Amino acid sequence: MEDTETVLEKDAAIDLGGGRGLVSLVRWESGLVILLIACIICGTLSFKYFFTPQTIFFSGLDIGEIAMMALPMTFIIITGEIDLSVASMLGLSASTLGYLFLHGWNIWPAMIVCMVVGAVAGAFNGILITRFGLPSIAVTIGTLSLYRGLASIILGTNTAVGFPLSTLKLSLPIGKSEIAYDFAIFIVMAIVFAVVLHLTSFGRSLYAIGLQKETAFFSGIRVNQIKFRLYVLSGLVCAFAGILYTYQEASANNVTGLGLELNVVAIVLLGGVSIFGGRGTIIGVVLAACIMAALTTWLTDIDVSGEVQSIIIGGLLLLSVLVPNARDGFVRIRALFKRRKVGASL
Amino acid sequence: MSEGFIDGAADAARDSLDTPKPLLVVEHAKKSFGAVHALNDVSIELFRGEAHALLGENGAGKSTLVKIFAGVHQPDSGSIFLDGVRVQLSSPAAARDAGVSVIYQEPTLFPDLTVAENIFMGRQPLRSGRRINRSEMTKLTKDAFDRLGVTIDPSRAARGLSVADQQIVEIAKSISFNAQVIIMDEPTAALTEVEVARLFDVVKTLRAQGAAIMYVSHRLSEVFDICQRVTILRDGAFVKTALIGETNIDDVIRSMVGRDVVAAQSAGGGTDGANVLEVERLTREGIFTDISFNVRAGEIVALAGLVGAGRTEVARGIFGIDRIDAGTVKIDGKKLKSGSPVAAMNAGIGFVPEDRRQQGLVMEMAIDRNVALASLRGLSHLGFIRKSSERKMAFDWSARLRLKYGRLSNTVMTLSGGNQQKVVLAKWLAREPRLLIIDEPTRGIDIGTKAEVHRLLTELVKQGVAVLMISSEMPEVLQISDRILVLCEGRLIDEFSREEANETSIMRAATGLARTSAA
Amino acid sequence: MSQHLDEALSGAATANPKTPFILKLVRFREFAILLALVLVFVGTSLKNTSFASTSSIQGLLSGPAVIILIAVGETLVIITRNVDLTVGSVVGLSAYLVGDVYVHYPHTPVLVALLVGIAVGAACGLVTGTIVAYARVPSLAVTLGLLYIIRGLDAVIVNAVQINATSLPAGFIGVGANNFIGIPIMMWIAIIVVAVVGYAMRNFRATREMYAIGSNPEAALLAGIPVQRRIFSAFVVSGALAGLAGALWLAEFATVGSTAGTGYELDAVAAAVVGGVAIFGGSGTILGAALGALFLNTINQALVAGGVSSFWDQAVAGLLLVLAIALDRYLVVRSERILRVEGRDRGRH
Repeated sequence: MEDTETVLEKDAAIDLGGGRGLVSLVRWESGLVILLIACIICGTLSFKYFFTPQTIFFSGLDIGEIAMMALPMTFIIITGEIDLSVASMLGLSASTLGYLFLHGWNIWPAMIVCMVVGAVAGAFNGILITRFGLPSIAVTIGTLSLYRGLASIILGTNTAVGFPLSTLKLSLPIGKSEIAYDFAIFIVMAIVFAVVLHLTSFGRSLYAIGLQKETAFFSGIRVNQIKFRLYVLSGLVCAFAGILYTYQEASANNVTGLGLELNVVAIVLLGGVSIFGGRGTIIGVVLAACIMAALTTWLTDIDVSGEVQSIIIGGLLLLSVLVPNARDGFVRIRALFKRRKVGASL
Repeated sequence: MSEGFIDGAADAARDSLDTPKPLLVVEHAKKSFGAVHALNDVSIELFRGEAHALLGENGAGKSTLVKIFAGVHQPDSGSIFLDGVRVQLSSPAAARDAGVSVIYQEPTLFPDLTVAENIFMGRQPLRSGRRINRSEMTKLTKDAFDRLGVTIDPSRAARGLSVADQQIVEIAKSISFNAQVIIMDEPTAALTEVEVARLFDVVKTLRAQGAAIMYVSHRLSEVFDICQRVTILRDGAFVKTALIGETNIDDVIRSMVGRDVVAAQSAGGGTDGANVLEVERLTREGIFTDISFNVRAGEIVALAGLVGAGRTEVARGIFGIDRIDAGTVKIDGKKLKSGSPVAAMNAGIGFVPEDRRQQGLVMEMAIDRNVALASLRGLSHLGFIRKSSERKMAFDWSARLRLKYGRLSNTVMTLSGGNQQKVVLAKWLAREPRLLIIDEPTRGIDIGTKAEVHRLLTELVKQGVAVLMISSEMPEVLQISDRILVLCEGRLIDEFSREEANETSIMRAATGLARTSAA
Repeated sequence: MSQHLDEALSGAATANPKTPFILKLVRFREFAILLALVLVFVGTSLKNTSFASTSSIQGLLSGPAVIILIAVGETLVIITRNVDLTVGSVVGLSAYLVGDVYVHYPHTPVLVALLVGIAVGAACGLVTGTIVAYARVPSLAVTLGLLYIIRGLDAVIVNAVQINATSLPAGFIGVGANNFIGIPIMMWIAIIVVAVVGYAMRNFRATREMYAIGSNPEAALLAGIPVQRRIFSAFVVSGALAGLAGALWLAEFATVGSTAGTGYELDAVAAAVVGGVAIFGGSGTILGAALGALFLNTINQALVAGGVSSFWDQAVAGLLLVLAIALDRYLVVRSERILRVEGRDRGRH
């Protein structure tokens, strides 16, 4: 039975750690801006065409779909869950498109089927996680494998090529320069996601769920419904990214997008979204996507192999969870020793 | 092992006495938390072979004393002697090594491991090659259970043990540590009668084997069944120690209550308003059964009862946090969909939960956002939160509740407990509820804020709101409620009007004693 | 109260309620998998008679050795309520480095080669374990990052030198190709590892403490268990076993590219979970995880033998993983409900 003394004690303990949230976030994003500028400067120094429309076009082309998938992933991680099946859903969508195309479908209805497939795949994740209360990491590791397997079953070893590229241009002219279509779409989507996250009651609910799920539920927020919708959204966006990816590569096979979930999670975490949920902004994720694009472009320009790049991306992922936790971890370890004493009463 | 050191003078002084030596002595213990004196000059002696009851109301200082024994707290002043030797219980480990063991209401076991492993985790008996000697461990566990006179399969998993059996496992762990002093903190709160009887047998066995038992409970009838002596605390101070044979229940209750019976201040609400809440035969299997009552507009109804009687669970059932197995909840005559807080909120219920940090607030969110959290729908236009309305709502309610804060954009973590509670209240009052359910409205908040909360509740009912209050603080219940419903072991067993209620009658009902005619 | 004394006595005698059937089922997960294994085997054999041939059975037995080894390590980590996603990359790195040792020192004894693999893996586990245990960062994020890093390291080195069968002595390749008493040598190694680790998980304080940590982390702290040290050791063992698996992988395939072992981390998690290791830690056996790996592999083989496209195996593995978690969850919910209602019934005596 918790009585007055216990509560007073806890108050004291909590007050010690108060008031850091927003400040550290702002700092994180300024850090990202500096990092981005640094990448661009390095790139320009080593490669004089770095900051030209062409280069920007191609880096945008590379990162577009990954960055798109990072947006719903941001929402999901803010609620304290994760979706590791994103790249497989992208692959499933690409395979479906390829299969339908090989079977003589018109491209537009095929795309609609792809979107439906994505929504169903996301809904399956969502039902398992919200209805059955299963841990999202385990479920989506399972469906990562399941959806990739389905992609392989649908398309077999075939590679679908010969998509009618003429129906969709890859670039969008802006003034004199051009920007990759998928990157342009990403920017538009990012604006929508940012508005939803930061200005709507839906966005507010996401933070509340991630920070204190029980309070959110006690305050009339439909926690499970919201999570379910996020997974469906994730499925839809991944399916859409799969369609774009297929166009960009002008081909689809069963390994399309294999392993991209790592890039997606890396972008989200680098963007300052807390792996514990409840913290993060879309602007941070957009900056992280730009950094990733600039960094890979620069590294490719100076002939750093893809393997070394993946080491660097992995390192960034690791750093982006280690750095914000360095202080938290320290506080937590100290609190742990305190709890060891108090905890006997629990 | 023990961190004690011999205090020769005290030892000698004790030897000179002819009476049997007490096993554990606490002398003049004091402990404060900030400005609150949790314990003020408390002394207690425990003898081998006795079960010693520690009684007192909430906030009397019982749990502080228990935590001092457990090594969780150290007294600011005063001393502890074990077998005449002065000891310092500087940590739970030190207390354990000294032979003092605390059994909590809800033990923490490893659910996936066997009972025997739970008892011997980290100190399993070994055989050659530092391997665990399973048969020896099972045998030792059986021995411990035999000493307690119980039968639990040592090799079954702890998952699925009843709370009673979990406590037995904890007790077995204590005696495997050779604990001399066993402190039981509200051990029977979650037990059924049969389980209580079995626990008592265990207590008798332990006494016969020379252990000293300190028994902390609200249930007076139990205390009179199994204890030999009783010590009563009130407001952190020692009141008296008495032999159980030389006292009686009414006497003990008087000593616990001690203060002048609080005069019933008019809550202002009549009891002739229309029914807002009607609960019929509400049942959640194994938790509460057949609960029926109503709350009218303009009255405060209190749910009283001991810890574990099912009060909070009933409130959760009404608000839709937990699914109910049978029965109906009606608001203004309309049946409420079960298991949906949203439906309850739309019907006009507000719920201030017991646990502010986990259920009432998002600690790392700003004050204004916390206030707005339950009203997001009303504050939004096409899904967009109107920030100006949000801030206005937060600002108005902070002013009305006299919230003390720096900026509305500060996190609620920066507020004191009382002000945090005001934020939770603001969150629900901003929805202008028909019925406000409020669980432990003033737990852990200072006296000044307490009075404000009470004033606020009485104001609310004057405006025609119905209030259902759960409180463990008897003066609070008596002071502001119009009717008092008493729950005992998941059943609604008695109802008092404000005229017939007093601390004695309610406490007797809550402990399951028959109602006396002299109320 | 005295009228309850009789009841109390009988209550003491019957305080241990009959374990519900549903709980028993949980305990006999190994048996259930074995049964499923037999069913799959018999079913496929009926459809395709060549499935039961000796060579096919040997294929069934040698295939899963690598996965069994990493599933065993993964089990240790999952039991402490963590996850190790680096194992696939570690297999690749270790396979390559062992091959590299043979390129430079062609006469290295087989045993030393295996030890090199173990050392490489343990070194990786050391890094992972240190970060997870002492920086107190979720293992999911840490091992995801390290998955990249180790795979990248692997690829960087592999690009320098290619390794193929000509670089490897026959004795080493024999480990992957030869049998001993009708069972592939690789499988013998896996069996020995399962037996040793399985025995250790039951019989030592340190390993039991791993179960305690996963079962109730707070209680583990209170009981004075060195939580961080145990989590650290779990990762080191997991790494070492993945390293051994990498060496065996090389022996089996006799060539190594930069994609060796890709995706094995998911197979390992799937095998463990299908084998009854609770994803939230605290319970599960080594034997169960090994049987889980064997089961997944047998299903794959059965699909091939049954004339189904081999592309199905990944989908089936994923589906089985999801089903296994769902089943575990269902059993827990069911048993909790049974116990709650039972508790009430006993209360009503």
